[in-house]
Amino acid sequence: MLTLGNTNLAANDICAIVLIVGGLFFFFTSTVGLLRFPDLYSRMHATGKGDTLAVLLIISGAIVHHGLNLNSAKLTLIALFVFIANPTATHAIGRAAYRCGIKPWRRKPEPSNSGEPKK
Amino acid sequence: MLLKKLPFTRYLATFFYAMAFWLFLSGHYDVFHITIGILCCIGVSYASTNLLFQYEADKKRHIIALEFILYTFWLIKEIVIANLQVARLVLSPRLKIDPGIIVYKCRHIQGDVPKTVYGNSITLTPGTVTLDIVGDDFYVHALTPAFAAGLQDGEMERRVAHVYHTK
Repeated sequence: MLTLGNTNLAANDICAIVLIVGGLFFFFTSTVGLLRFPDLYSRMHATGKGDTLAVLLIISGAIVHHGLNLNSAKLTLIALFVFIANPTATHAIGRAAYRCGIKPWRRKPEPSNSGEPKK
Repeated sequence: MLLKKLPFTRYLATFFYAMAFWLFLSGHYDVFHITIGILCCIGVSYASTNLLFQYEADKKRHIIALEFILYTFWLIKEIVIANLQVARLVLSPRLKIDPGIIVYKCRHIQGDVPKTVYGNSITLTPGTVTLDIVGDDFYVHALTPAFAAGLQDGEMERRVAHVYHTK
């Protein structure tokens, strides 16, 4: 039991908050990646992975908050669907782009960046 | 294409899966809703049985299901690592990415379902996205050469092969 201002937080509330904040963090990074990355293929990296994990975390946070009942079973099914559908959609977009002949962005060969990149 | 001849028991199995799912989701157990459910499930099982039971496995299905669940836990761990790495790349002031497309030839995996699972797993794990699958060749876009090297290591392929194949 943790007291925060006037509210008392039980252990499962804290767990739910941690999960949902983690989900929001990954949504944030995937959005930033979508804006910052240079081309379609590398943007897919940001959205295809980040959204999947973020949705999983937020749904598990909701399940923890809700307890085990019929609603959380339905939430589990949503998570399962996202888990299958999200990489499939990413693959579909990427394959369409690849077959249309879109060239991936390459880092320009600079003197400072030739050879193996560090770490 | 829809009317590939299948044993009637498969349609029946699909119907019962769909019906169980309907009852689980609806929450209304009166004659009207259950009748609608039965009609919908007949349509669904007619149209999609050949999608559900397409894959002929050489192992028992329940063993595959069990090992697949174990594989999923491993995959979730990998996904968390992947996201932390991508997050670090995204948030670093200079984007230290050097993307490229590599061709990965899979050696242990046969069949549509294992290839789909493997392709989706590649998409979900560190810095790699499956672009196309032609035969045994996976065309994979990698964010950095290090991620590409991690794929060439082939650990994930062995795990997927372990789930679906006896060898």
